[in-house]
Amino acid sequence: MKNTNHDAVPTSTTCPACGLLCDDISLSTAPALSVRNGCAKGIRFFEQALKTPITATPLLAGKPASLEDAIIAAAEILSKSRQPLFAGLGTEVQGMRAIVRLAEKTNATLDHMHSEGTVSNTRTMQNGGWLTTTLSEIKNRADVILAVGTDITGSHPRFFEKLAWNTDNLFNKPTPELIFLGAPVETAQAHIAPDGKAPTIIPAETAQLPEVINALNALLNGKKLNTDIVADIPLQALTALTEKLKAAKYAVIVWSASALKIPHAELTIQSIVQLVSKLNESSRAAGLPLNSGDGDSSVNNVSTWLTGYPTRSRYQNGMPEYDTYHFSTQKQLGSCDAVMWISTFNPYDAPETKVPTIVIGHPDIKSGHTPDVFIPAGIPGVDHAGLMFRMDSSITLPLKKVRDSNLPSLNEVIAKIEAKLLNETTA
Amino acid sequence: MITLLKNGRIYDPAHHKNGVIEDIYIRNGRIITKPAETEKVDQTFDLSGKVVMAGAIDMHSHIGGGKINIARMMLPEYQQKQAQELKSLSEPEAHICTPHCSHHATPSTTDTGFRYIEMGYTAAFEPAISPVNARQAHLEMGDTPMIDKGGYAMLGNDDYFLRMLAANKDQKAINDYVAWILHATQAIGIKVVNPGGINAFKFNQRRLDLDENNVHYQVSPREILQSLSRAVHDLGIAKPLHVHCNNLGAAGNFATTLDTMSASSGLPMHLTHIQFHSYGTEGDKKFSSAAAQIAEALNKNKHITADVGQILFGQTVTASGDAMMQHLNAKHANPKKSVIMDIECDAGCGVLPFKYRDQNYVNALQWAIGLELFLSVEDPWRIFLTTDHPNGAPFTSYPHLIRLLMDKSFRNEAFAKLNLDAQAMSNLTSLDREYSLYEIAIMTRAGASKLIGLNDRGHLGTGAAADITVYTDQADREAMFAKPDYVFKNGELVVKNGSVVKVVWGVTHTAKPAFDMGVEKDLKDYFDRYQTMQLDNFKISDDEISSDGRGQVVVHKNKL
Repeated sequence: MKNTNHDAVPTSTTCPACGLLCDDISLSTAPALSVRNGCAKGIRFFEQALKTPITATPLLAGKPASLEDAIIAAAEILSKSRQPLFAGLGTEVQGMRAIVRLAEKTNATLDHMHSEGTVSNTRTMQNGGWLTTTLSEIKNRADVILAVGTDITGSHPRFFEKLAWNTDNLFNKPTPELIFLGAPVETAQAHIAPDGKAPTIIPAETAQLPEVINALNALLNGKKLNTDIVADIPLQALTALTEKLKAAKYAVIVWSASALKIPHAELTIQSIVQLVSKLNESSRAAGLPLNSGDGDSSVNNVSTWLTGYPTRSRYQNGMPEYDTYHFSTQKQLGSCDAVMWISTFNPYDAPETKVPTIVIGHPDIKSGHTPDVFIPAGIPGVDHAGLMFRMDSSITLPLKKVRDSNLPSLNEVIAKIEAKLLNETTA
Repeated sequence: MITLLKNGRIYDPAHHKNGVIEDIYIRNGRIITKPAETEKVDQTFDLSGKVVMAGAIDMHSHIGGGKINIARMMLPEYQQKQAQELKSLSEPEAHICTPHCSHHATPSTTDTGFRYIEMGYTAAFEPAISPVNARQAHLEMGDTPMIDKGGYAMLGNDDYFLRMLAANKDQKAINDYVAWILHATQAIGIKVVNPGGINAFKFNQRRLDLDENNVHYQVSPREILQSLSRAVHDLGIAKPLHVHCNNLGAAGNFATTLDTMSASSGLPMHLTHIQFHSYGTEGDKKFSSAAAQIAEALNKNKHITADVGQILFGQTVTASGDAMMQHLNAKHANPKKSVIMDIECDAGCGVLPFKYRDQNYVNALQWAIGLELFLSVEDPWRIFLTTDHPNGAPFTSYPHLIRLLMDKSFRNEAFAKLNLDAQAMSNLTSLDREYSLYEIAIMTRAGASKLIGLNDRGHLGTGAAADITVYTDQADREAMFAKPDYVFKNGELVVKNGSVVKVVWGVTHTAKPAFDMGVEKDLKDYFDRYQTMQLDNFKISDDEISSDGRGQVVVHKNKL
């Protein structure tokens, strides 16, 4: 089977596998898949995507059906539902625009599969705000990068290659000093710059990070701590860290909200943000929240301009509502009367539920329990074009179609479901 | 199909029509001359006694793009409290609402389009598109129904431009880059925010005066203004360089503003939200009105235009590209939170909620300063009605602002309720001027269209797009302008009695002057070495705006 229309000619494209959204990659599929500038995560994404059949058929209760019938069945479930949950939401901008329209018509609740981290960040921003930066600023200005609770590359593999170890920068700055606080030690240690500069590692358990960050805040504010050791870290190490941050021309503090698997992670993020804020009283520093992927930044932004609210919202009689606690997938699974699960980038399965379920997305989704409706949809950036927000939300990049495919895009599927809904109400 | 608007009282300053009774004929979305008797008129609206103007044009309103989405994201409480707020509009200067009004300052894209058209506005221009973020701005504007859109691309803090300036690149190279930016970002004008200052903040400078150098590039705001105003002029686009001066909001900044007027050596410049740049340092509180000096200079300097950026009391949010000054002002945020960003070696932003209070000395004086400017600048073709939405107040407060300008006793009553110290520092009550309907039509229609170079909008001449607003003449100008009887968009009736009756999608207005494509050679190298996106992905194609079947790119010819 011919799986691509580009074969041996490399196609330059954008990789949606992580929030860095690298658009300097090029794909060729003959004789085998190769991805110039590709990282392991990106290559895995394209390998998995290009192996999916381009003619996957929809299933009704596990049995093959036409797209038309599957659309009708999905529309019927949503028409009967009073309180559907649209979860997963692994999609790009155009898919989300369609989903919001459908949610408005069906009184649906909207929650993204990785919203736990998004919500922690949003709450921090809503509470006191923050000062942040974007990738090109880091590439050209950062001289100290402090990563809190993350090795960064586990989720964003080319981060240091592109933004710390770049040979060209605008202002002849040195290679940034990397400091990992409470990050997975083994992987963090491996981040040795091409010039041989090793990172500074300050080990800590995730659960200890609130204490450590608060101590750093105290030190930055000139407070004296009556101890020599904070969360197993010698005070000297923390003092040295604050001095480095203060001395930096442009310090960047990176965190991953989803890696902060502790209760009230937003309070720790708030403490990180306070570090940045304090540093900026006299020098320059900025924060950078990492995203989790599967279109979370795109979904958050589109939701915000269309409904007025970021992730975790719902429509009631055409009016949007916002509640980061009650509108979580976990909470809603207990009260919704239908679920529409969407995952177009990765074959992530829908959560177990007893209510009628529609699954739309990656052709390889293997459900633990058979959904009432399964509609395989095109993978954005593979089967069809799209638009995606980068992790820093400052940039939106086009995704390209890289193979011929019969799979409909998510927004086509959603628009068709919406049209059938309309037919029902007007009939 | 021919539509006849019969017997309306026409205010069309572009054709010197000041309240004449005339008929307007519309076919295929355009105003036509009176058709032959043999042609059938399909529908007639009897507008006897009604006031007829072209659809209003907001030449400066933050309606789309990263910072306004950040404002929405950080302030969900505005929407949630909307219902209560509508019931308790006790603050005298809080803006009027239509029955559908999104009271809050950060409406969704849908609400933005609806609230504008309901007031008879048929176009709005996003004045601060950071080029790297242009795609998002156009996505949001693309999801804004009812009205036409357009934007000004921000330059002058981007490292590419500052490198060119520092390297003494010739003006032609600068012009080519500026033109390339207009094309790539689908913009109709160029803006500069705190010239050089946003960039300087990234090097830890905290203020930048007009003749102070950026520490890294060793170039001054004045040089930036000279270079960009020259580029805009040489390229022949209509919209003069849109300038947000240095020292936003700082006491004493009027001196910078006066100096800025001379920075372009006589070439056209537009100074935006000039109210925020008209502050003196007199009085016990070292904060005073310099509106008189600014107005005098505006009256004298015919090459300068300005919009006011009026503040009105109540809760709003300030969303600005000026990361430097917003960071400095973050302590005044209410509620106390701020989002500040350094963006992509291209721009910055700062988003701060603000609550303007009539009993606060500074806020009360800001209110008075804005009105002093409106009333003291003589030529309505060179001053524009804005609140710098949402920074001074949400755009939904325009009807209220219009009443303040047209109704002296209403204005003076409002003034009498202000903080007393502020009253003592303002000469507002000595200004007797009341704007006429004709002058309002200039400020909000004909003048705005001429400034931006929209050619076929903002007037009611033959060939113009039939964007038309019809009001009932009422003594209460606020009520009158809040709720037009009819609004026509491209000849279609879209609003009746202040409510939307048909959803339409406007176009995106752009300017695309010719330039040497050779400019991309160096840009490609720059992008590859220093940016984190590919040059090709930076550029927005016409297709991206029109492919969903709703949007459309309109290119406006260079001025003659």
